[in-house]
Amino acid sequence: MKFVHQLEAIIWKDFISEFRTKEMILSMCLFSFLVLIIFNFAFGSSINLDRGMIAGILWVAFVFSGLTGLGRSFNLERDRGTLQGLILCPVSPWTIFLAKLIGVFLFTTVMEIFTIFIFSVLYNATVLPFLVPLGLIVFLGTLGFTAIGTIFSAISATAKARDVLLSILFFPISVPVIIASVKSTAIILNGKSFQMIFPWLKILVAFDLIFLLVSYLTFAYILEE
Amino acid sequence: MTKKFGYKTALRNVDIFLQEGDSLALFGPNGAGKSTLIQVLCSLLPPTSGSVRIAGYEAGQDREALHQIIGLIAHQTFLYPHLTAYENLQFYGTMYGVARVNDRIAEVLDLVGLSGYRNDTVQNFSRGMQQRLSIGRAVIHDPMVIFLDEPFTGLDQQGSKDFIKLILQFRDQGKTVIMASHQLHLGIELCNRAAILKSGNIVYLQDVAGIAEKEFNQIYAQQVGEDMLPLKVA
Amino acid sequence: MKRTQTLWIPFQLLTYVLMLAALYAIFFFAPVEKTMGVIQKIFYIHVPAAFLAYLAFFITFMASILYLYRKDSKWDTVAHCAVETGVIFCTIVLITGPIWAKPVWNVWWTWDPRLTTTLILWFTYVAYLMLRRSVKENQRANLSAVFGIIGFINVPITFFSIRLWRTIHPVIITSRGINMSWPMKLSLLITFIAFCFLFFSVLISRIRLEQLKMRIEEINDTMDDMNIGLAQKLVKGI
Repeated sequence: MKFVHQLEAIIWKDFISEFRTKEMILSMCLFSFLVLIIFNFAFGSSINLDRGMIAGILWVAFVFSGLTGLGRSFNLERDRGTLQGLILCPVSPWTIFLAKLIGVFLFTTVMEIFTIFIFSVLYNATVLPFLVPLGLIVFLGTLGFTAIGTIFSAISATAKARDVLLSILFFPISVPVIIASVKSTAIILNGKSFQMIFPWLKILVAFDLIFLLVSYLTFAYILEE
Repeated sequence: MTKKFGYKTALRNVDIFLQEGDSLALFGPNGAGKSTLIQVLCSLLPPTSGSVRIAGYEAGQDREALHQIIGLIAHQTFLYPHLTAYENLQFYGTMYGVARVNDRIAEVLDLVGLSGYRNDTVQNFSRGMQQRLSIGRAVIHDPMVIFLDEPFTGLDQQGSKDFIKLILQFRDQGKTVIMASHQLHLGIELCNRAAILKSGNIVYLQDVAGIAEKEFNQIYAQQVGEDMLPLKVA
Repeated sequence: MKRTQTLWIPFQLLTYVLMLAALYAIFFFAPVEKTMGVIQKIFYIHVPAAFLAYLAFFITFMASILYLYRKDSKWDTVAHCAVETGVIFCTIVLITGPIWAKPVWNVWWTWDPRLTTTLILWFTYVAYLMLRRSVKENQRANLSAVFGIIGFINVPITFFSIRLWRTIHPVIITSRGINMSWPMKLSLLITFIAFCFLFFSVLISRIRLEQLKMRIEEINDTMDDMNIGLAQKLVKGI
């Protein structure tokens, strides 16, 4: 039970801090908006782009914008020295990881909802009929990349070129998530049946479970000095 | 216990034994390893060899149990600037599993004299107020052992006076206090044992209850090779 | 190191001899393939290099786990030396692949699962090395070990996801199979063994180099330590 209270306390603390400054959420939403606009110019402004391509654009917006949020989750704690205060508490490292993950996941989801809305307007994509399967894909995919993003954010927090290192570590490992998410989103937006995305969903679930397990086993070592 | 960073030895064969209720003043020139020693004792840094054991809990193995019974007051406040005094204490109170958190928060705010600032965000606090709240944060879970790392830095006269009162209160409550400081006279006034650290070695470790300030000054000058003019707080 | 020294020199000599044998096998012994021509001979370098690139990362994976378990810096040294050696072999794979592909299939690159996974592997290696350069010394071994583990686990997942992706898209090249005559098989075997020896020669040399570096650092820092003590004694006038 203590574990749950501690988890709640950290999530609540991050949530209140963010609510009072709104720094992270504003910059994430603005950034994803920008990405969507730039891609429109990059691809020559055709109104009816191939569904596969716009699925890719959507996920690029999600991931790049998510990275800016991820960068902040541990950086602020390290900078202000509060991470030490947290480590001093009788709390297991995995609780800290899980709390950070849930926090970033929720903020990223808010940004993604906003992005999908803007996306459906700018790219004339009908999204409403596909909301449930799309929601499932976005949930699993976001969980995947925020999980590895949180691990790498903690790893790169003490490094010199923090944000660059986060990106370098992140991209090779995120390849399966991105491929699976983009492909299944494209299938759904094309109006194909739900069953066709099953293999992709299996990959996403496997990825999520494996990396949550790995983080459970190794996060203590990341916080150790 | 020995602590090395790479091949540089920060602490060499440090061997300290304290009874419950003792208070230890840790002196030494800058770079002697006082902060490192405190960090190792708080289990924030692992020793390279040897072990740290507090109340039977071993740092490293029983990390969580150990953290439940210690509190650290250092130069960083460990406070969240966008949260209010109340919220900061509520956070740490929950993390330490304090029972009846709200009552305890009121108690602690009273103790450090910040009851009036309960709902103000910490980023608006002065340095002294932040330090006071940090003390509250450190003792909210009523720890057995309190570590202080140069606690008087940045405090004005009144702040130092109040802080001294608090430390004496902790001593009366039977808590074990370990304090690293540059203030020789305060150290020997507040603590019953003193240690002098020089380049990672403990060169002096004795009971100093009742010792005269002048005498200790001499001992310190002898050990460290420099005279330390005490900064007097009236 | 003295004991292994006696084995080490013959090992390196053997490597040298085997590599010469391999070169002979590639250029003189192995027949020229009918359809692809001389360029096919790159295959003898490409295949062993690919196997060893993946082996190197597997070594990193095991060494990283052992490091986290035992906290012996020896394993950290093995892990990062294996990555460095692996990058070299991986680069060889990624260069020889396109050199072969262009004259044979008329494309420099295909997004086929094996080549793409190898490219991702290469990036993961490079990321590992960048990580080591960027973080502070006291955490470096821990963080590298964690990334070594994560990176390796990612390899099979990446392979399967790319393969699934490729079954949906039209594939330009359907098969890499070559019917091999026995001289070709023998050449491959010789080259394979020679490259294995080469790999371990390079890896062990690198590890020995690193250990020497660490020893020098240790001596330097201990001298510094002692000097500080000595200087203080002089100041105190003893």
